[in-house]
Amino acid sequence: MADETMATADQAARKGWMGLLARAPAAEVKRLWDDLGREVDFDWLRAPEIGGVMVRGRTGGTGAAFNLGEMTVTRCSLRLADGTVGHAMVQGRDRDKARVAALVDALMQGAAAEDLRARLLRPLEDAMTAAAGKRAARAARTKVDFFTMVRGED
Amino acid sequence: MYVAVKGGERAIDNAHDWLAEERRGPQDVAELDVAQIRTQLGLAVNRVMAEGSLFDPDLAALAIKQSRGDLIEAIFLIRAYRTTLPRFGYSTPVDTGAMACDRRISATFKDVPGGQVLGPTFDYTHRLLDFALEAEGLQRSEAIAPEAHPVMPRVSQFLNQEGLIQDEPRPEVDAVPGDLTRAPLELPATRALRLQALARGDEGFVLSMAYSTQRGYAKNHPFVGELRIGTVAVEMEIPELGFAVEIGDVVLSECETVNQFTGSKTEPPQFTRGYGLVFGQTERKAISMALVDRALRWKELGEDDKGAPAQDEEFVLYHADNIQATGFLEHIKLPHYVDFQSELELVRKLRREADARVRPTEAAQ
Repeated sequence: MADETMATADQAARKGWMGLLARAPAAEVKRLWDDLGREVDFDWLRAPEIGGVMVRGRTGGTGAAFNLGEMTVTRCSLRLADGTVGHAMVQGRDRDKARVAALVDALMQGAAAEDLRARLLRPLEDAMTAAAGKRAARAARTKVDFFTMVRGED
Repeated sequence: MYVAVKGGERAIDNAHDWLAEERRGPQDVAELDVAQIRTQLGLAVNRVMAEGSLFDPDLAALAIKQSRGDLIEAIFLIRAYRTTLPRFGYSTPVDTGAMACDRRISATFKDVPGGQVLGPTFDYTHRLLDFALEAEGLQRSEAIAPEAHPVMPRVSQFLNQEGLIQDEPRPEVDAVPGDLTRAPLELPATRALRLQALARGDEGFVLSMAYSTQRGYAKNHPFVGELRIGTVAVEMEIPELGFAVEIGDVVLSECETVNQFTGSKTEPPQFTRGYGLVFGQTERKAISMALVDRALRWKELGEDDKGAPAQDEEFVLYHADNIQATGFLEHIKLPHYVDFQSELELVRKLRREADARVRPTEAAQ
């Protein structure tokens, strides 16, 4: 039971960083990675490859699934010298971003996790949250405040 | 006699060189770069992504630059490119209910929870040319403190609480929807295939079809129950991991119409729904799609076939794709010398025969 909870928590954490890396702007990911100045030895299990994923929607937003259209993604897999495997499936066509994402995925499973979280994942997440928050604030300023006109028919 | 025609290479090369120069335009005007197109002609980029059926703003901007702003040519380039991509798989269906909305309006309920959020809209502008834009220079608005995106419940769910609207229940197990990019369209089409075809269909065509229903050809009394535009995360099962991860963000426009429906042989009086979902900020297309989707549902809802074009699945689905249409249309300008030669011979022969019939009559007069 405890093992299962542990596995679920690990999985949720990995889902979190993989999703963050996939959605993050390529330039930011690569800049933060370069700033870390890490030299990491690895072997490709699958070199970066650009492809498409068919995005699905639901009829009426909630009903049966249908195929909406594709998006571009890049995927790769690699193995660190210690045997840890990292995967990436990231939006867009930037092979370098995919390589960094897979390296981070592998390193996050080891001793470097805390450092990477503090110096790469958290700054990425903060920047993305700030950008989304700005859009949300802009949107909130366009919210209509209805008021009822005095009809003067007392 | 068939004569193989060669030649023209030099003319074609020179034509393409000239095309490249015309694309660039005069050297004393700064060249557009792809990032400028992506960020400043965003709605053109969105249309190319929607009808090219590939979400990639950089590629769409590049295609617009290469096509000199001819959007159908740009869509053609994107469609051609996407055929070269290996298909990694299918996403889990996106949750548009969790959309981070830039815009969200309802024409049916004023006080909808989450509010009427206008977003960056052309609505309520005066459609007067702004000559100030010739001169450049928008004053940036002051910094705004970030906020969290509010939860935006679906408008249709309020009517659903009263049971007054046709429900769109989530299946317990998702059936695999047909995919137009993998198998040719066959009729009758499922609603899933119709939605895929409409989502990538030509905006002008889908708009005109929708407009025809408003003018009375298969009228179905639509209201925009809800229109929302914003960002949703896309998630996909990764086989190597055995669980789903987010693989990116897409901007979508979603429209749900609420249609008056007095009931039919099979269905009680209620509101029915039409659905539109399109890549990018493309609300005209999303609303049009919802109207046409609703018109095409006549059989399932037990409505009469009024013989209207928008009810005719074959007519709508086989003519909505502008790349198929332009491919067939534009091929007639390419050399047809041999075909035409045979037609010319035929018409000459018919004319000789007709003349031979006419001449004896003339002689008799």
